[in-house]
Amino acid sequence: MTVFLIIIVVALFAITLWQLSRIFQLSRSTQSLDDSQIASDKDNRMQGNLMLAFGIAFYIFMLYNFWAFGDRALPAASSEHGVDYDNLLLLTMAVIMFVQVITQGLLHYFAFKYKGKKGNKALFFADNDKLEFVWTIIPVIVLAGLIIYGLFTWSDIMDINEEDDPIVIELYAKQFSWQARYAGQDNVLGKANVRFIEGANTIGVDESDPYAMDDVITAEIHLPVNRPVVFKMRSQDVLHSAYFPHFRAQMNVVPGMVTQFAFTPTVTTEEINETEYMRDKVARINDIRKENSQALLAAGEEPLEEYEQFEYYLLCNKICGVAHYNMQMKVVVETEAEFNEWMATQKEYSETMQSATASRKSAVSGAEVAQVEN
Amino acid sequence: MSALGHVPVNEHAHDDHHHDEGNFFTKYIFSMDHKVIAKQYLFTALFMGIIGIGMSVLFRMQLAWPAESFKIFELFLGKWAPGGVMSQEVYLALVTIHGTIMVFFVLTQGLSGTFSNLLIPLQIGARDMASGFMNMLSYWLFFISCVIMLGSLFVESGPASAGWTIYPPLSALPQAIGGSGLGMTLWLVSMAIFIASSLLGSLNYIVTVINLRTKGMSMTRLPLTIWALFVTAIIGVVSFPVLLSAALMLIMDRSFGTSFFLSDIFIGGEVLHYQGGSPILFEHLFWFLGHPEVYIVILPAMGIASEILATNSRKPIFGYRAMIASILGIAFLSTIVWGHHMFVSGMNPFLGSVFTFTTLLIAIPSAVKAFNWITTIWKGNLQMNPSMLFSIGFVSTFITGGLTGIVLGDSTLDINVHDTYFVVAHFHLVMGISALYGMFAGIYHWFPKMFGRMMNKNMGYVHFWITIIGAYGVFFPMHFVGMAGLPRRYYDNTAFPYFDDLLEINVVITVFAIITALVQLVFLYNFIHSIFAGKKATANPWNSNSLEWTTPVEPIHGNWPGAIPHVYRWPYDYSKTNENGEYVIAGQDFVPQDVPLQKDEEELNH
Repeated sequence: MTVFLIIIVVALFAITLWQLSRIFQLSRSTQSLDDSQIASDKDNRMQGNLMLAFGIAFYIFMLYNFWAFGDRALPAASSEHGVDYDNLLLLTMAVIMFVQVITQGLLHYFAFKYKGKKGNKALFFADNDKLEFVWTIIPVIVLAGLIIYGLFTWSDIMDINEEDDPIVIELYAKQFSWQARYAGQDNVLGKANVRFIEGANTIGVDESDPYAMDDVITAEIHLPVNRPVVFKMRSQDVLHSAYFPHFRAQMNVVPGMVTQFAFTPTVTTEEINETEYMRDKVARINDIRKENSQALLAAGEEPLEEYEQFEYYLLCNKICGVAHYNMQMKVVVETEAEFNEWMATQKEYSETMQSATASRKSAVSGAEVAQVEN
Repeated sequence: MSALGHVPVNEHAHDDHHHDEGNFFTKYIFSMDHKVIAKQYLFTALFMGIIGIGMSVLFRMQLAWPAESFKIFELFLGKWAPGGVMSQEVYLALVTIHGTIMVFFVLTQGLSGTFSNLLIPLQIGARDMASGFMNMLSYWLFFISCVIMLGSLFVESGPASAGWTIYPPLSALPQAIGGSGLGMTLWLVSMAIFIASSLLGSLNYIVTVINLRTKGMSMTRLPLTIWALFVTAIIGVVSFPVLLSAALMLIMDRSFGTSFFLSDIFIGGEVLHYQGGSPILFEHLFWFLGHPEVYIVILPAMGIASEILATNSRKPIFGYRAMIASILGIAFLSTIVWGHHMFVSGMNPFLGSVFTFTTLLIAIPSAVKAFNWITTIWKGNLQMNPSMLFSIGFVSTFITGGLTGIVLGDSTLDINVHDTYFVVAHFHLVMGISALYGMFAGIYHWFPKMFGRMMNKNMGYVHFWITIIGAYGVFFPMHFVGMAGLPRRYYDNTAFPYFDDLLEINVVITVFAIITALVQLVFLYNFIHSIFAGKKATANPWNSNSLEWTTPVEPIHGNWPGAIPHVYRWPYDYSKTNENGEYVIAGQDFVPQDVPLQKDEEELNH
């Protein structure tokens, strides 16, 4: 309400000012005709020089950005198709920067070189078919190359080959967490729908489907290295997006349908932590955290935890509500043996449900006992 | 036909200049004069722009100094910033409303609304729009939609917060986010009215350009501004109704229990009844407007920049017909590229291939335009007025921002930069900043036509240089944040230690953003002050060829006191010489459109 009042006051104030200045305007003579607000030769010279200066400064600024922030870019891809992705990105970036450097250079240089001066004559140059043909055909050729390269890569990525025996994993998204469901021994996911959600069955697996019995529901993803994996994605409420930046993988998760994305991880968590990129990155982050911790300690608060080692992660990358910014899941890439070892410690769906039923029963009987006692 | 009705009015005005038609209300408020309506659009858009840019400063501060307490948050956000710390809810609301206001209320109507109304009748030689009444109606509907949108900011449960793209189910379910309650309803109502306003305006622009051109003004003698505004209006008519249908279906899903966009939803501990709808359908409908919309925003800016670059270079625009062809090409392609927003939406990957193809095709006419602008200033005699600087700045940001579109338009590369800050950097440069530069250029250039006075050039220079440095300072480093894989619309990036080293870039960006926002006050001061106390303008201050400069400095109803001038040539006869090397009109480096062909002058076929 106060905000509303303030706005009214401001509006009234503005109207008052407007009226005042109208009176002021009516009272003064309007014989101040001149061309002082049109660029003079002096302005042209000044602004033309500034254009050149800006063009140069812009080059320096771009270089500075690459130098200072270039190392923030994601490390080399940790997936098989990611290598193609990175190559295509590098190629495209090279083309873009080449065109950028040339066109910005010409634009700012011409603005400097041809700054106006009284008596100078501009060249009446309205058309040139040859020139126009050249700069239509060059983009056509370059873009054709990029399109073809891009489309081949795209079909490779999107073509999910079931014959390579991929691990099938369901990604289940809800506000604001992820869960994974491994297809288990039979590598077939049990049917599921939000209408089955009840009690311990939090992700709506169809309990009557025999394929569901050996499914394994987990709170983090473990993947064996060099084995293809297919993610089948389901959302229980709103749109989410499963974004694995280090694997160059992303797919929206859409309520009411199953979307999918497949990739083959090629670098284990351990290996990526040994790369120079990641060692630098972790060290840099720890420096920052230490500094921030000191400030926190000085303010009498808890210090930040140390960033011990890099872990892959899955992010939500489609606005999904207030805690969208913190909807993540850890991803571990490990050797086949480590993976099997981890898998053995996980509970199958049938076990989870049995223990849930058992605990519910005991809770119910406990309540009965309590009632009897009353 | 109603334009004919203005003729007697005008003749009357011709007889008696001091005659005051109508009272204050019919003259300034419910005016049917296109010039007044243009100003109304401009003032409204600037007011909305102040709010939209102000919002961006607030959420940029949150991104640079997460969870810190600011007095300014408490002042503007009230209960949404307990203790001066911005809440998660209001962060998303600010992002959403910033996007909505800037895209629709500032860039669409600030450019198309202002300059179509101002320039179409003046540059084609018409007394007014085809229907002055429809034109007035269009503005007032726009005004109502602004009021409703701003009103939604004061709703108890918060304004719409599902992002400006309002993808359901988030935008459909108040259980999912507070802003999807009454705030979202108001958003949809406001947009529905906005679309009606835009359609009324666009139909009017189209009819006016087709029917009311003065004698001799063939389509190939139209200034490029008119071509751009004309084609913009056509795109608007083709695509806005689709957004209206999407909005109506969303309203039905929200209020009447239909399932167009919703299916299989479990939220708040219960299964909802929705069955069989698809959020992807909404995405298709939304982007069928949403993508052409970015061209609705940028085409008028292109037209304005073309006109100003030619005038101030004292040279014809290079490749006039190629410019028209590329406007038409861009317009056509713009309606078949929407799927590039949806490569990873879950739609069939084959569709992704098709949209990659059409999307990268659109780079070709865009490249042609960029090269033609650069060639236009080559060997010119550049008059560095503020409008010229903004036009050069426009070309610069359009190239910088457009090039990264090649990354995003490629379905493969989009996988990893989709919805990251890379996208934010791309579209802000190519359609946000560029369109704003187009708008500033237009304001500086046609200010004398609108108000009969000049804006202060020195303040214009200060405004330009700080703005271009600041805008690049904001959006160039932002690409690197995106390449690091940081998703957009994150309230806070400290939930991941991995992103800790991006904070310093965010601080740099925010500092530039604050400086850039502040320097707009120089513009506002210059603008308002010059309306009342600017130096009196001459009839044709920029020595321009187009018809609007043949009207008297003091605008009159009906535009020309006498007969409407006839047109004998295209609008770009700058520095045209005869065979002997002398200007066509001795001592004057421009030949206005209403000057007949001179003796010995060769008419060139452009």
